[in-house]
Amino acid sequence: MSRTISQYLVHIILIVGVLLMVVPIWIIFASSTHDNGTILSQGMQWGLGDQFIENYDRVLNQKGGFSQEITASSMLINSFIMAFGIATLTVLTSLMSAYTIVYFRFKLAVPIFWIIFLTLLVPLELRIMPSYQVVSNLGLVNTYTGLILPLSASAIATFFFRQFYKSVPDELLEAAKLDGANSWKFFIDFLVPLSKTMIAAMFIFMFVYGYNQYLWPLIMTTDEKYWTVVMGMKTIFMSWGVERFSYIILSMIPPVLVVIFLQRWFIQGLFQTK
Amino acid sequence: MKKVQFSSYFTQYFFVAPQLAIILIFLYLPIVQTFTDAFTTQDAFGFGRYFSGFDNFIFSMSDATYLRAFKFTIIFICVITFFSCSIGLLLAVQANNVIHGKSYYKTLLIWPYAIAPAVVGVTANYFFSERLGILYSFFHNIWGFNWYDNIYDAYIYVFIAATWKQISANFIFFLAGLQTIQKSIIEASMIDCKSNFRRFWTITFPLLMPTTFFLIIINITYAFFDTLGIIDTTTIGAPSGETKTLVFKAYIDGFRGLDIGSAGAQSIIMMLIVLVITVFQFRFIEGRIHYN
Repeated sequence: MSRTISQYLVHIILIVGVLLMVVPIWIIFASSTHDNGTILSQGMQWGLGDQFIENYDRVLNQKGGFSQEITASSMLINSFIMAFGIATLTVLTSLMSAYTIVYFRFKLAVPIFWIIFLTLLVPLELRIMPSYQVVSNLGLVNTYTGLILPLSASAIATFFFRQFYKSVPDELLEAAKLDGANSWKFFIDFLVPLSKTMIAAMFIFMFVYGYNQYLWPLIMTTDEKYWTVVMGMKTIFMSWGVERFSYIILSMIPPVLVVIFLQRWFIQGLFQTK
Repeated sequence: MKKVQFSSYFTQYFFVAPQLAIILIFLYLPIVQTFTDAFTTQDAFGFGRYFSGFDNFIFSMSDATYLRAFKFTIIFICVITFFSCSIGLLLAVQANNVIHGKSYYKTLLIWPYAIAPAVVGVTANYFFSERLGILYSFFHNIWGFNWYDNIYDAYIYVFIAATWKQISANFIFFLAGLQTIQKSIIEASMIDCKSNFRRFWTITFPLLMPTTFFLIIINITYAFFDTLGIIDTTTIGAPSGETKTLVFKAYIDGFRGLDIGSAGAQSIIMMLIVLVITVFQFRFIEGRIHYN
């Protein structure tokens, strides 16, 4: 009997928690399906309206910004390119450098390890001004390369891959060596397939991280062609009404879908090192 | 390190080269530049910069607005860490105990992790706007909430937005931490202690210390750096700079105020703070917690 009561309590707490997370976004979504007049006269809405298609169509296709040439869909594409680029580059370079750190014996291994791991102390927010100077000296302002490279200078993934490689039994390498595998073959045929879950988890982590960047694209892109959804949020709003709600909802869809559908990989990967 | 290792001159550098190159160019070069900026000052005619020792540091730290930002950042970090940890832990414990609908609850509590801080800020903006805001009018009716003028109301506004965003991350890690605790320990403790509440605080919670500890660091880093997007889309420091965090202030001074010397000095102070936190993490706390 007491077990049933405590299960009720568990459900109540969880439902309150879920409502806390869902209700604010629901209100934004519900409001995004009404027309301007309703919002202005009656405030934000709890129930759905009938303007869903009209509002979302306008946001995706109506041109905005200072030049009146960009749309939310072009900004979504930019966000996607940036997030995908950051995730791919970071995962690939980290996977490789962790391999050197764990599996090779040479003099510079320790200094290289420290050079890479000290970067954990300096997030982009701390070096934003000088990073801008470096990127602008290289002529990378208003390019996808300039959006992607500085954010890929991250050691978090290297750290996770290093932890994972260390948990791989030594016997695997011994056996592979007996079979005549060299360092390339061991990496490609043994280590990469073994790290699949970790690769997926890191990719999701870096994708969300890249997609959600605000400050870097804000200072990096003076040309509206390269605006991303998250950074454009504040600026593009000026002339809009109810479309702002639709814009907010659209901007959060890609990373939310990635996390919901890939959550199993994400969580498995992050915790298999423990 | 591994007992068996490769030693191949070319391959070892080949594998580490791409990441090393990116890090050296886009991380170490800017850091060197930060130090150059911090220890030099622009001359009166704008022709060049001359060495000025610790002038930029003294100048920025003796500023009253800097001390205010410092105070706010400390309060901000404590509030966010405490509330997002507590709520995340409470929900994770329930989600771990629930018998029916576990995966639905999990999904519904995890997804806000994916929302950008800036998007959370813009969303919060609507709930706290004077004209449309549901929360604004709710709090206004209770105690005359007005974040445009009142410092503490502005604090509440930013705290709610920033904490809301961080609950999911805490939930994910606590849930994973709970699942790593061995069933046998919990079952054994059920024989010794009937009270759920006491069992949680004497058995489960101490076993969760590594996770809690990791999350405290994650939350501090989040409150310190990632909230810039929230501040810039909510109060923008209002009223009169009272809700500026250190990172937000350095950004404003550098980009809007164009004072790169001061921004550089502020960045170096923050690097030192992060360094202290990290050393503290490894030296002090890690030796004092229970691992399974």
